[in-house]
Amino acid sequence: MSTAAPLAPASSSGSPSGSSSSTAPTPRRRRRGRVGRDRVNVTTTALLILGALTVLVPLFVTVNMSLKTTEQAVDGNAFSLPSPLTLSSFAEAWSLTNFPRAFAISLFITVVAVAGEIVISSLAAYAIVRNWDRRLFRWSFFYLLAAMFIPFPVVALPQIQLTGILGLDNPLGVAILHVAFAMAFNTLLFTAFLRTIPLELEESMRMDGAGTWRVFWRLILPLLGPMCATVGIFAFIQSWNDFMMPSLIISDPSLQTVPVLQNMFQTQFSNNYNVAFASYLMAMAPAIIVYLFAQRWVMSGLTQGAIK
Amino acid sequence: MSTTTPTREPGTADGAASDAPATGRGSVLRPSRRRTDPLYHLFLLPALALFTLAVTLPAVLGFAYSFTNSIGFGDWDVIGLRNYIAMFRDQGILDSYLFTLGFALVTVVLVNALAFLLALGLTSRIRFTAALRTIYVIPMVISGIVIAFVFQYLFANTVPMLGEALGSEALSVSILANEDWAWVAIVIVTAWQSIPATMLIYIAGLVTIPADVYEAASIDGATGRQSLWHVTLPLVSGFIVINTILGFKNYLNAYDIIVGLTDGGPGVATRSVAMSIFRGFEGGDYAYQMANAMVFFLISIALAGLQLRLTRGRTVL
Repeated sequence: MSTAAPLAPASSSGSPSGSSSSTAPTPRRRRRGRVGRDRVNVTTTALLILGALTVLVPLFVTVNMSLKTTEQAVDGNAFSLPSPLTLSSFAEAWSLTNFPRAFAISLFITVVAVAGEIVISSLAAYAIVRNWDRRLFRWSFFYLLAAMFIPFPVVALPQIQLTGILGLDNPLGVAILHVAFAMAFNTLLFTAFLRTIPLELEESMRMDGAGTWRVFWRLILPLLGPMCATVGIFAFIQSWNDFMMPSLIISDPSLQTVPVLQNMFQTQFSNNYNVAFASYLMAMAPAIIVYLFAQRWVMSGLTQGAIK
Repeated sequence: MSTTTPTREPGTADGAASDAPATGRGSVLRPSRRRTDPLYHLFLLPALALFTLAVTLPAVLGFAYSFTNSIGFGDWDVIGLRNYIAMFRDQGILDSYLFTLGFALVTVVLVNALAFLLALGLTSRIRFTAALRTIYVIPMVISGIVIAFVFQYLFANTVPMLGEALGSEALSVSILANEDWAWVAIVIVTAWQSIPATMLIYIAGLVTIPADVYEAASIDGATGRQSLWHVTLPLVSGFIVINTILGFKNYLNAYDIIVGLTDGGPGVATRSVAMSIFRGFEGGDYAYQMANAMVFFLISIALAGLQLRLTRGRTVL
């Protein structure tokens, strides 16, 4: 903890708590924390930049390894720069994993999971909040909520059988399971948010003759926008990256998702490090790219989820 | 999150409310006289149906199977509690619980400590705030198994190479091959991946603290460390609770990263409970592992309950 030891609390020295906690160097100069004349905390900045290397180094290694030739990659040195530099490992990884197909399957699961989680949970949450005085709806809420505490491993074995019987041992089944297992949390988020939406808006719309259906799609769902973003981002990260569910549920290996397919480099092609890393990079890249473009929503989305 | 137990209905909603304006309002949970739009039932239906099919039904099935000797197909007999009794004598299962609980505990502490420090750092007056935040959040969006494969390479090749170069004997052998220390690698990678989400929640907590509070503390002569302990920590205690509970829940179900790093090895040294449950189909232990799953479920609930109790209304630290 406190890297601080802030005997001299401010004056640009150490504490990572820096100005978020008391920055005013002496009681005298009491200006507010974040405002104005505080100096930039150099030590904290330096420490954070150093710490950021723990994130960047593994990513650098991944890129670096993927650009090497197979001969160079087997020497085990992750940091030696590629010489000669080659892109051939990407081509090989592309065809070994049948990347376009795997990508399409992962994308399909993600899209269904994101849309399903948003629509099904928000519909349920709306019905529950507006009919809270009805026992059926109240109990449904607690019923859905109970699942917060049923993790997938608990029901995995019977679920594998069930999906097999129902013909859902495929990507669609995985997407549906993602929707189901995220439902408790999503419904909780949506109900919390819906309770803050004033009824007047809705009533005036109903005065004009709109029915429940119209009110939901035209008024409620748009109002739920920020929460939909939160739920959607969680759903995206979760379903795009998941290994556990697809590896257990999808029975046909040719229908596997991108993360699950990476397993082949542990078993069959274990010495083609360059190809393996090229493939890892192709598996990571879509989520990272989406994140870089949508990071404002990722951050605020997660934060909102936490506060609700 | 504050579990939002809805205490009060906000009012009778529908258009139909107009014919009975006085109902519902004061009387908290008495059903109003208005008719519920049947459409609401339709809204609720997909969620309930999906949920019952995907969670409740298999849970009930699993519970029932745990009292049989089923191997996943074919005939089976009811054998009462024998699976449960056998479990408690099964060293492999007991070890998996020990490993999983220990791993979850260490990881929760480590992740929360580091994430909190990072959140403090990233909310203080630093340069490059935006860039640093962007970088620190990246691990969150990377697939656990994929990054585990990357780290596996690093632990198996690069670290031993560096160890040799430095002349350190301990480091020159892959940590993943060491029965006693392989779990440390799993903790490291799990922390690497789950610190960002935890950190973002702490940042959300830290920015809700008004600057005046710190101002008041410093007027009273609090040092940086004092205001950290007596102002910041108590004020974000709710967030510590959230992070602990969410984190514990995730780490108890650890699977992806372990598969990528050690696949439960060396031997069975890092086999988590989830991993041993999933082996139910391979070893013909279907019903037996269902019993394991039920026990696992009860332990998860008990732990979540315990954490809620311990932290209720307290300042956590």
